[in-house]
Amino acid sequence: MNETSTAQRFAQGFVRSVVPVLLALIVSGLIMLAIGSSPLEFFAGVWKYGITGTNWQRSLSLMAPLLIVAIGLIVAFRGQLWNLGYNGQYLLGAVTASGLGPILFDVLPAFLATIVIFVVAVLVGAVWSLIPAILKARYGTNEIITSLVMSFIAVGVVNLLIKGIFKDPAVSTPQTAVIGDDYLLPFIPGTEIHIGFVVAIALAIVAQYVLSRTSFGLRVDIFGASPKAARHVGLNSTWMVILLFALSSGLIALAGSVDILGQFAYQRADWDPRYGDAVMPLVFLARFRPVAAIPFVAFYAVLATGGTLASQQAGLNVDFLLVIVGLILLFMTITEYLGNRRQLGQSYLPAGLRRTVLQPFRKESERTSA
Amino acid sequence: MTTTATSEVISLRDITKAFPGVIANDHVSLDIVSGQVHCLLGENGAGKSTLISILAGMQQPDSGTVAFDGKVVDITSPKVAVDYGIGVVHQHSTLVPAFTVLENLMLGESSMLQNTKRAEQRLGELADLLGVEIDPHALASDLGLGQQQQVEIAKAMWKGSRLLVLDEPTSMLTPQAIEHLGESIARVKAQGLAVVLITHKLREAYAMGDCVTILRGGRNVGHIGVEQLAAYSEAEAQDAILAAMFGDDLAAVGDEASDLAGAAEATREVRAIDFDDRPVRLELRDVSSRGLGRDIEADGVTLTVHEGEILGIAGIDGHGQGALSEVVAGQRPVASGTVFFDGEDITKSGVRSRQQLGVRYVTDDRLHEGTVGSMSVALNLVIKRIGQRPFWKSGRIQPKAVDTEADRLIQEYGIRTPSPETRAGTLSGGNIQKILLARELTNGAKLVVVNKPTYGLDLKTVHLVREILIDFAARGGSVLLLSTDLDELIELSHRIEVISRGSLVGGVVNDGVGTAEKVGHYMTGAIEGTD
Repeated sequence: MNETSTAQRFAQGFVRSVVPVLLALIVSGLIMLAIGSSPLEFFAGVWKYGITGTNWQRSLSLMAPLLIVAIGLIVAFRGQLWNLGYNGQYLLGAVTASGLGPILFDVLPAFLATIVIFVVAVLVGAVWSLIPAILKARYGTNEIITSLVMSFIAVGVVNLLIKGIFKDPAVSTPQTAVIGDDYLLPFIPGTEIHIGFVVAIALAIVAQYVLSRTSFGLRVDIFGASPKAARHVGLNSTWMVILLFALSSGLIALAGSVDILGQFAYQRADWDPRYGDAVMPLVFLARFRPVAAIPFVAFYAVLATGGTLASQQAGLNVDFLLVIVGLILLFMTITEYLGNRRQLGQSYLPAGLRRTVLQPFRKESERTSA
Repeated sequence: MTTTATSEVISLRDITKAFPGVIANDHVSLDIVSGQVHCLLGENGAGKSTLISILAGMQQPDSGTVAFDGKVVDITSPKVAVDYGIGVVHQHSTLVPAFTVLENLMLGESSMLQNTKRAEQRLGELADLLGVEIDPHALASDLGLGQQQQVEIAKAMWKGSRLLVLDEPTSMLTPQAIEHLGESIARVKAQGLAVVLITHKLREAYAMGDCVTILRGGRNVGHIGVEQLAAYSEAEAQDAILAAMFGDDLAAVGDEASDLAGAAEATREVRAIDFDDRPVRLELRDVSSRGLGRDIEADGVTLTVHEGEILGIAGIDGHGQGALSEVVAGQRPVASGTVFFDGEDITKSGVRSRQQLGVRYVTDDRLHEGTVGSMSVALNLVIKRIGQRPFWKSGRIQPKAVDTEADRLIQEYGIRTPSPETRAGTLSGGNIQKILLARELTNGAKLVVVNKPTYGLDLKTVHLVREILIDFAARGGSVLLLSTDLDELIELSHRIEVISRGSLVGGVVNDGVGTAEKVGHYMTGAIEGTD
């Protein structure tokens, strides 16, 4: 492929990724107007609380779990496995850190305890994904449903753990014991961004390399493109499903433990940040490329960090953020549809609609040409 | 023209239909006269199917008109086409297997209540007309292929057709069933219906047709009228049609043209070999397969393929060919029995170890199984050697080595691609098939399983693919050729086995005339149950 067309493709990918975000922001502004809030005040607030002063450091800290969740989703989605159990997997990883943390930091050096927690979190996530993975590989069960159901179960199990064996007896509310500041992940020198951020960026780069340059990445892509082709070239689909699910789920669980050890230090029952819901459309915008996901995740991190306060000021609910995410998803679908039709040189209008719309004009032209 | 006062003319004028990248129909005009069989000839991709789907209301022309006796009509949907009395019998069965014949026929009824009595009466009329016997309460899945096709014709004529379109009706039939079909078509014609017969076999066009239209590259490139065709001898008609069909390519294809176009009975084109001299390369002993899907499994298959031999497997599509080829390639587990390759038991080994031994498989699903359309031609050429040197070193891809290999194979097999980086899915079917052959036959291939290797390809590529296979066998390679095209099997195979419902039901040594009849006999016996 020559250079101009590579540049063209890049430009096209850029347009297709950025346009939906812009449209979503514009339409969400209109919705704000319609319900009587000021969009300008809201977006100014996002800027103020998300970026200015030291707020950008809070945004970057939030990026750590978001980006790791994104990588986890990408690993599964590249193989066309739709792991939607991310909320449960994330909470399982989080509860591993918040439950084991107070115990392990007492007996092990902080460094070692942290490593142990991360490893256990990844394993817990991976094991939890085995059921949907095996059902998928063996019986072709739809993994969207099984992983989602396993997620509900995980949320319940996590709450039981926090209200049960991991509960801090010193306080009356159901929550885990707070991990001391000394044991939390260190900050990047000179900032208040914990090194989870560095870990996330490093993971994104490694994942990008593995997926695009190695034989394993090619196998994942073949499997994703066509399971039939995968069988044809001699890949073991059963192992592929189990491995991808385990990697995906393990990474998302890791995000949970990083978030606890880097940010929250303890976990309350019924707490569920639902990062995956917000990250999922971003992953599609990044076309399943880990490095390309970084700017989108950064954008959302700013929106979420600033938006929490800004929405309160603008008289909106925090849930409005998910409205914006939903709009991104919607416009992404539309942009994609139009882009595909353009590529095929077809009209933007669906065939039936086009005929109706163009009917009066066509009669005219036929008459003149006759 | 033998137009009588009552005969009606369906005229297509300047029909043009473009799809992204191709003009499927380019100002095609033709007249279809009732009481005549109008043959539509042309290679794959000549635009026959598009023209038919426009007649059937499934596609709308970009420009051009369809008129009945001069009155322009708009066929805006399949329902409108049926209301105008246009019935189409598609190449592949559209019957619901779990329904009875009668239920299948009544699918198009729009009344609230089923009027079974009237339907049975109508079926009786049509069966008389076609000269066949159809049990209205038999399940569609229990019928033989020839019978299924008769039901399809009855379905197409259900609402009193004025036009019956048959899309390659003979491609799946045995010689015996083709004869039955010819009789039915003659009866339908006698009733005053217009019949359009699509085929790519010249001899059928000559035998069944009253007039012939030839399409090439979306254009109407030749028409032989009724009187003209009647006046021609068979050889003259052939020459005229071949000239139109191939145009300037005729010289390039040369003597093969008439073979490719199915002008005459097929004859064997590979050199005879002496089986006693040749060691057995592949042996299946009572092999049954076990897959996860619902397709027919191989059931107790015993066969041998010698070095340098092409063994043909004949059979109706979907009778276990897929399972058999996958069992040999290692893609489908063996439930019982043993597979030997060069005397070694390979029953338990998988795709990749068999690949290294020299067992290769050219699948019939070129687009979704054989290649990954979204990946480059170069990657597709090495896709079966993932992780192996020199293309990968410690897990990292070596673009230079891949490109060198890709360039070599593209040259050797004449793959027409803008560059090795082009996505494979954008190439034509013929070039994709060349990618598969290049990949499978290189690097120490000893046995290649090919499933329907020329299905859906243009005639030049068909010729090339057959040459490649003959060449491979001549150099000592063994070929297990599974095909639904009897002519192809007769041209290429040393021996032909017939597969039915996953089992081999009989074998014929391809050593002279009458092979087609013998194979057809096994197929009919096994399938229609009328041995």
